Amino acid sequence: MKRGFLALCAATAALAGVVGAAQAATIDTVKSRGKLICGVSLSTPGFAAADEKGRMQGFDADICRAVAAAVFGDPEKVDFVLTNINTRFQALQSGEIDVLSRQTTNTFSRETSLGLDFGPTVFYDGQGLLVPKSLGVSSAKELTDAAICTLPGTTTAQNLTDFFRTIGGKFELVVFESPDENRAAFYSGRCEAISSDRSDLASIRAVANNPDDYVLLPETISKEPLAPAVRQNDSNWRDIVSWSVWMLMAAEEKGITQANVDEKLKSEDPEVQRMLGGADELGKMLGLDNKWGYNVIKAVGNYGEVFDRNLGEKTKLGMTRGPNMQWNAGGLLYAPPVR
Amino acid sequence: MLFLNDARFRAAFYQFVAISAVLLAGWAMYSTASANLAKQDIATGFGFLSRQAGFEISETAIAFQSTDSVGRAILVGIANTVKVSFLAVLFGTVIGLFVGIGRLSTNPLLSRLMLAYVEVLRNVPLLLYLLLWYSLIILVFPPVKQAIQFLPGFFLSNSGLAVPAMQWQSGFYALLGAVAVGVAAAFIAHAISRRRRIASGRGGSGWAMAATLFLLPIVAVWASGQVAVTWEAPELGRFRLTGGLHIRPEFVALLFGLALNLSASVAEIVRGGIQAVNRGQWEAAMALGLSRSLALRLVVLPQALRVIVPPLTNNYLSVFKNSSLAIAIGYPDLVMVSNTVMNQTGQAIETIAIFMGVYLGLSVLISVFMNWYNARVALKER
Repeated sequence: MKRGFLALCAATAALAGVVGAAQAATIDTVKSRGKLICGVSLSTPGFAAADEKGRMQGFDADICRAVAAAVFGDPEKVDFVLTNINTRFQALQSGEIDVLSRQTTNTFSRETSLGLDFGPTVFYDGQGLLVPKSLGVSSAKELTDAAICTLPGTTTAQNLTDFFRTIGGKFELVVFESPDENRAAFYSGRCEAISSDRSDLASIRAVANNPDDYVLLPETISKEPLAPAVRQNDSNWRDIVSWSVWMLMAAEEKGITQANVDEKLKSEDPEVQRMLGGADELGKMLGLDNKWGYNVIKAVGNYGEVFDRNLGEKTKLGMTRGPNMQWNAGGLLYAPPVR
Repeated sequence: MLFLNDARFRAAFYQFVAISAVLLAGWAMYSTASANLAKQDIATGFGFLSRQAGFEISETAIAFQSTDSVGRAILVGIANTVKVSFLAVLFGTVIGLFVGIGRLSTNPLLSRLMLAYVEVLRNVPLLLYLLLWYSLIILVFPPVKQAIQFLPGFFLSNSGLAVPAMQWQSGFYALLGAVAVGVAAAFIAHAISRRRRIASGRGGSGWAMAATLFLLPIVAVWASGQVAVTWEAPELGRFRLTGGLHIRPEFVALLFGLALNLSASVAEIVRGGIQAVNRGQWEAAMALGLSRSLALRLVVLPQALRVIVPPLTNNYLSVFKNSSLAIAIGYPDLVMVSNTVMNQTGQAIETIAIFMGVYLGLSVLISVFMNWYNARVALKER
């Protein structure tokens, strides 16, 4: 009995120790592990989905690769962990993943009560509604009394409730745990509409038997700035993730691409020189290699290239840049100066 | 050490040490968890229960709207879980009873058919059946715009069954009172005729009398013209059937899956229970001139119940717990509502504690009730 009790005490102490260890500086953990562990979504084509060779592809996955390239100089030094919509924050809090790059909306209550910090917005999204063309609806306001399918737990349900309360209508909310069941219920006509972030709807439309049978309604009923998240109280790690993202945006602004990055090393522009590690020692200030910026762009290209490759008009998702343009082209992307 | 030689003291001492160890471990986990949550700046406590829920729930066993509190949303989830579990237990038991008896039929076709029924149902995971029933419902029935109207006001579609809803204008309580009086009168009449039959061996079963006594007050109240009811039929709106009473496909699929799954287990328990009754009981009943069905009903089944009830309790508990698979097919049970709450508040530990507490509490209630019933049917040795 006494031995059992001692074992119990030891186990409890060990548990406390494990949780304590997770609080160490993330960059040290990542470097000693030799790999970045990145949480992405379950099969969302365009954002994170394995291709036929089993390689993780998508916008969110490329953000992970950019961070890995900044830290290690090698975009392949990353392990992807598929995170469920209900357990994504716990995965980050418990130290199972280093970065959450999973179409996650930055909100006040998440930032303040979940023990995490958001990086810069990588994708300005908004909640929309997808309906079959045959429904003959041209505005979400006409959807009073309709049934709407969604995934659980996200802000989606609340936004819909708020939207219909504003227009004074009612609707039937049908919630599914699994994205597959959610889509199946929508395709079969159980629901008139399916609601999610517009980027996600583009993905749902892209995998339908005949994408042209479905139409995205014009209303955007919420603001959904999607951003990567890291654990709270680790400034250095947050800086690394944030600046890896901003590097992608700054590179597009400066016209640096995956193809011309070597050539740009010789650029006379002092900011480009600082970005690519030719002048000053910005990398050292982050605790990274001085060529971290060069590594990021060499690995995944600039923001525009990442967008076009995964979500753009030539892909199955066929999304336009919309608000995700550079600030000087009428969009919202605005990286702070690199100096 | 002298006191350790005292067996009674030693026993008490060990129990004391064991309980302290459990409590200490519990306290250590609790304090570690709260310290870590505080260190990571994660909110704790149950304050979120009084916040506004802000989301809709499609199926509400008790009244709910999005402006109600989170606590009430969780209550709706509990009510939905209880509703579907209760009905599944009811249907599953009745079906299982018949299937179990059918398994023992001397008709080979019937008994084999029942065997196949049991094996097919209990050898495939329940989750797959739920997905199957749900997919069948939403794929086989037409979309709501082409709903089948098989009776005026009754619509069948892949959004479920919509039927006219009864709305009481007046006389509801009068009718309720009449039903209560009728039930009481019928019970008394039945008891009297039963006692007379046992004492004298004469007289029928008294069913006709009981039925008349039950219906009489209801007819009287109805005839008095106090009762006014209107029917609100579902109408086809632009997208949906509005008004009326809706039975949703998520609920039907879950009820179907749980009830059929339970019926297979119940059938086997019933079969085992009947077979556990000594053959001599059958023979004695036959010797008294009872038919096979009367012997089953009056002699064998009451004795079989002693064997049947304890394993039945287990199965009822598993129906209740399995109802949490609802989340796969979109029925808003306790787990689904809690998940939504968890995601909005981020307070996973508290929310999980609530739903574990509810499952534990209700399971214990079911056990207590079944144990009470078991004690009633158990062999009484006088």
